[in-house]
Amino acid sequence: MKTSAYLKKGKEKDLIDALDTKARLQGHVIVPCLDGDTVTFKPAEPGCTPCFSRPAVSPPKGVIYPQSETLFSFKFKKDPEDARRTLIDLNDAIEAPDTIIFGARPCDARGIAIIDRAFSQTDTPDPYYLARREKTTIITLTCPEPSTGCFCTRVGCGPAEKSDSDVMMTEIEDGYLFEALTDKGQAILKNPVLEDGTAHEARAKEVQGAAHERMVKEVGETDTRPVDPELFHSQAFWEKAAERCLGCGACTYLCPTCYCFNITDEQVVDKGERIRSWDACMFHHFTLEASGHNPRAAKALRLKNRIGHKFVYYGEKYDGIIACSGCGRCIRGCPVSMEISSIVAALKEGTKT
Amino acid sequence: MNIEKLKEIVRTVLPSVDVVIGYKKGLDALHPVPCFVTSPDEIDALVLNPACTHNLAAYLPSLKKKTAVVVKGCESRTVVQLVQEGLIKRENVVVIGVPCQGVLSARKVLNAINHQPVVEAAFENDAVIVKTRKAETRLALNDVASDKCLTCQYPTPVLSDHLAGEQVESKVDEQAAYQDIRQFDAQSLEERRAYWLKEFDRCIRCYACRNACPMCVCRESCIAETRDPHWMSQKATLNEKMMFHMIHAIHLAGRCTECGECERACPMGIPVAKLKKKINMEMKELFGYEPGISIDDKPPMYTFKVEEEKIEEHKIR
Repeated sequence: MKTSAYLKKGKEKDLIDALDTKARLQGHVIVPCLDGDTVTFKPAEPGCTPCFSRPAVSPPKGVIYPQSETLFSFKFKKDPEDARRTLIDLNDAIEAPDTIIFGARPCDARGIAIIDRAFSQTDTPDPYYLARREKTTIITLTCPEPSTGCFCTRVGCGPAEKSDSDVMMTEIEDGYLFEALTDKGQAILKNPVLEDGTAHEARAKEVQGAAHERMVKEVGETDTRPVDPELFHSQAFWEKAAERCLGCGACTYLCPTCYCFNITDEQVVDKGERIRSWDACMFHHFTLEASGHNPRAAKALRLKNRIGHKFVYYGEKYDGIIACSGCGRCIRGCPVSMEISSIVAALKEGTKT
Repeated sequence: MNIEKLKEIVRTVLPSVDVVIGYKKGLDALHPVPCFVTSPDEIDALVLNPACTHNLAAYLPSLKKKTAVVVKGCESRTVVQLVQEGLIKRENVVVIGVPCQGVLSARKVLNAINHQPVVEAAFENDAVIVKTRKAETRLALNDVASDKCLTCQYPTPVLSDHLAGEQVESKVDEQAAYQDIRQFDAQSLEERRAYWLKEFDRCIRCYACRNACPMCVCRESCIAETRDPHWMSQKATLNEKMMFHMIHAIHLAGRCTECGECERACPMGIPVAKLKKKINMEMKELFGYEPGISIDDKPPMYTFKVEEEKIEEHKIR
């Protein structure tokens, strides 16, 4: 059985085209593409320009967990037998096509693993999420170098982290080495565009090791210290930390691990849909109660929740795991450069920001 | 931009206010961040250079304190407009004006240096020298300035209690202030529609543009999110995204002071300021009004005339 394969540089597009023709035809090979000067994950349609040289602005999480989705649609109609009764036509079919995410970063894959727990390790596993998750193969690219704001090794991820992907793709001098990490990954390696990779395995391992070392040198080792409880519950700490925050949703919507959602019934006359859409804990409406009371009316409290969820509460529920993959997107994408990494470091050190 | 002069002013002003809003070192040399100075020992951390792009006046309506704020030309217009509309009280604000030769577009700089992490940056009069791990690049300020600066008419603040530096004259002829919009408008309707559809397709409805906008004052009652009534669908479709941006732009008709924060804040690089500038151009042609120039002006949308001089269809025969 093949466990590694090789692709020469310049043939990236050939492979993308050849990957699972069935999925390709449905527009479900998702690749980081240049759109103007912004890199986003998009279906690999003809004319798209794949870009692997820098991380995409937004993660590929929307492929499995879309920004908005129709849970079901409904239509009221009169019962032809009995005009006093109303019947409901309900469509709750779940669409889950075969999908390949090509060129994710290890932090993107880690993000999906973090969301997996929330939607599967619960009393009410989520059929919508899980249907798509099962059909998705993740091909991850080893990060060649840290970008501004990256801090993955500090939260237990890393530029060559393999545990959350199906295939690891590592750029070496003239090409890429592909390693299968799961059965789904094995299937990818059978693609005829790929050559045998045995001769390049050692070099790829070196590149991965160097990438990891470089990141550790730049941002540090995994920080396992717990947050200082007194500081974590200090109102003054959060007010100072949130001072410049504008309260928008850029951080949450660019985050590969944020999974909070809202549900809205949208009905016009006799038909409508139940929609699930991403929520954002930095929005005022996030915990606005029907009574009009809002337990997190101030942005300081909302920031505490955002960081608390990732670095305290999630771990309490799932074996101490940190719900942040250190991708740095919230930092790079924030209009006022809020740095979650420094806020967490301050909480762990017990110092003020 | 004279940082020493600014620090001196802040030292004088600080005892008479609760907070001074300025800039300090941030994520990297391209990204200084807003800072809130409340004690004299914080003054030395202040920075001032062409990377200081945020419109700090955006914080004024929500701060219920006596505040001194550092503003460049366009941002001083924001203060004026906020006072005009009664959103802040003039006596609660001390305006520290900074004459400005233009600010950087971090996006343009990053494009010019292949998105390499910035290690250091040095600023000269008309250039910025950016150092990355691999190279040092000298970029002409004009090539990497924010779009708004290329047609700026008000480089010196229109309102200030203190001025940190010498007055700067606009380098752009008044007639050319909207040349970029006229050029864009020269395209066919189909071309412009295709342009906007492509741009708005990237929108993630994070509302960074709205929240960074100093004139977006609906806050928690924004039409994009209200549930009761439920005006807009929560679907992330192109139609909904487009609708939100149109509402945002129309709400700013005759109010936008062209600080460009909406566009700078957008993590997806959507040129949303262009829409607002287009509407401002129309407002100027129709009503001869420019937002944020004089405190005593009234925005045209705040007034009513039975017969408008330049709007034909309103003339009842």
